[in-house]
Amino acid sequence: MNTPVGWAGLAVSLLLVAVAAGISWWQRLGLHRQILIAAARALAQLLLVGVALTLVLSPGRSIWWSWLWVAAMLGYASEIARRRAPDVPHLLTLALASFAAAAVVTLGVLFGLHVFPLTGRTLVPIAGMMIGNSMTATVLAGRRLTDELRDKRDEVEARLALGQPSRQAAAPYVRAALRAALTPQIETTKATGLVFLPGAMTGLILAGTAPLQAVLVQAVVMFLVLAATATTTVVIALGLIRRLFTPDHRLVYLPTPADH
Amino acid sequence: MDQRQTVAFELERVIVLRSGRLLLDEVTARIPAPGITVVTGPSGAGKTTLLRLLNRLEVPDGGRVCYHGQPLDELDPLTLRRRVGMVFQRPTPFPGSVADNLAVARPDAGTGELGTALERVALDPGLLGQEARTLSGGELQRMCLARTLVTGPETLLLDEPTSALDDQPKRVFESTARDLAAQDITIIWVTHDTAQAARVADRIYQLRHGHLTGTPAGEARP
Repeated sequence: MNTPVGWAGLAVSLLLVAVAAGISWWQRLGLHRQILIAAARALAQLLLVGVALTLVLSPGRSIWWSWLWVAAMLGYASEIARRRAPDVPHLLTLALASFAAAAVVTLGVLFGLHVFPLTGRTLVPIAGMMIGNSMTATVLAGRRLTDELRDKRDEVEARLALGQPSRQAAAPYVRAALRAALTPQIETTKATGLVFLPGAMTGLILAGTAPLQAVLVQAVVMFLVLAATATTTVVIALGLIRRLFTPDHRLVYLPTPADH
Repeated sequence: MDQRQTVAFELERVIVLRSGRLLLDEVTARIPAPGITVVTGPSGAGKTTLLRLLNRLEVPDGGRVCYHGQPLDELDPLTLRRRVGMVFQRPTPFPGSVADNLAVARPDAGTGELGTALERVALDPGLLGQEARTLSGGELQRMCLARTLVTGPETLLLDEPTSALDDQPKRVFESTARDLAAQDITIIWVTHDTAQAARVADRIYQLRHGHLTGTPAGEARP
C-alpha cells in the first residue's frame, strides 16, 4: 500500500492551517491563536496515537494489547459523554454499558461471522469507528429522554396515576428520544456517496486501495455505525428509565440544568 | 359498622421534607369515606404534596399513610393508583383523540364504556373521536376526570382541578364531582378557593404551617 504523505508533505500542509489563521487575522476574528493551538494539539495527539498504535499493532504483538486499547477507548468515550451531558444522571456507567453492548453486537457480527479477520489492525480501527460514531447519538438520546421526562413530568405522572407501570408510562418519551437520536445517523447514511465521501473510504483511496474495495469496506463501516447507534441509544434509554423511576413506579426529581 | 370501615385514609405523624424545609410536620389525620373532603390552605402549604402521598406519587420522609387500614407501602402501587385516581391541577391531555386518551386508562374498554365515562362527567359521547387538545379548558379537565373514572376508582384525588377555569365550567365540574360523590366515590379535593370549599365540601380540613387541622362541616350529605 502506498503512503503518499511524508513528513515533508505534512509540513507543507501546515500552509492550510496558515490560511485559516490568516483569514481569522484578516477578518479580525480573534481566532488565529485558537486555530494554531487546535492544529498543534490535534497533530500532537494524532502523532501520539500513531506511535502508540505502531507499538500496539506491530507484527507479533499479542492481540490483547488491541483489546486493552479498545477498553481504554470505551472508558474515555464514556467519560466524554458524561462531560457533554452533565445533567443526565448516571451517564458514565450507562454509556459504558451501552458501548460495551454495541461492541458485543457489532464486533460479534463482523469478527464472529468473519467479515473481517480478527487482528489488531482490524479490531482497533473498527472499534474506534463504532465508538466514535455512536457517541453523539448516545449523548443525544440521554439528553433528550431526560429533557422529555423533566419537561413533561405532568403528563408522565398522569400516566402513572392511571396505574401504568413506569416502563409503559415512559414508552412514548423513550420512542421520541430514540427517534431524535437515530434520525441524524439515518440521514447521513442516506446521503453517503452522493453528498459526501466518508472518511474511511477517502482514507483507503488516498492510501492506494482500489475504489470498489474501499466502497465495500465503507459500506460495512456504515452498517456497523447504524447498528452501534441503535444499540447504544436503546441501552442508554432503557437504562435511564431504570434509574429515573423508583421500583415503586415514581418519577425521581429531575433538576433543570440551571439548578446544577 | 366498624369505625375503620368509614376511614379512607389515615395519616400518622407524616413528615415530608423539601430541600431541608419541613413541608408536612407530623400530620396526623383521618379522612373519612364517603363524601367530599376538602383540604384548603395557602399556596406552598403542602396541599399538593399531601394529595400525592395518598396515591404514592410521593412517599413520606417519616410516619405512615394507610388506605382502608392497610399501610400504603404494603399495597401494590399500580393497583392502589387504579383504586385511588387523581386529577391534576393542569389538564394533561395525551396526544390523540378523546377515545385514545380514555383508552390509555383501559385499553380493552369498548366504545360504549368510553361513552358512558364521558356521560358521567357531563360530556357528549360524540366527542370521543375529537382531537383531545382541541377541547376547551373545562371540557379538557372533565375529560381527564373521565379518563380517571375509566379505571373504576373508589376514591378520587382532585388537585385544584378548577383553578384555571372560568366560573361556568367551574360550576359544571363541581356539580359533576357532587354527582360522583353521590355514587359513593370518596373525593379528596384540594383547593385554595374557600367559596368553592363551602359549596362542595362535606368536611373541610385546613393545612397551615405543616399541620392539618380539621373542622368537620357536619356529616356526609345524603
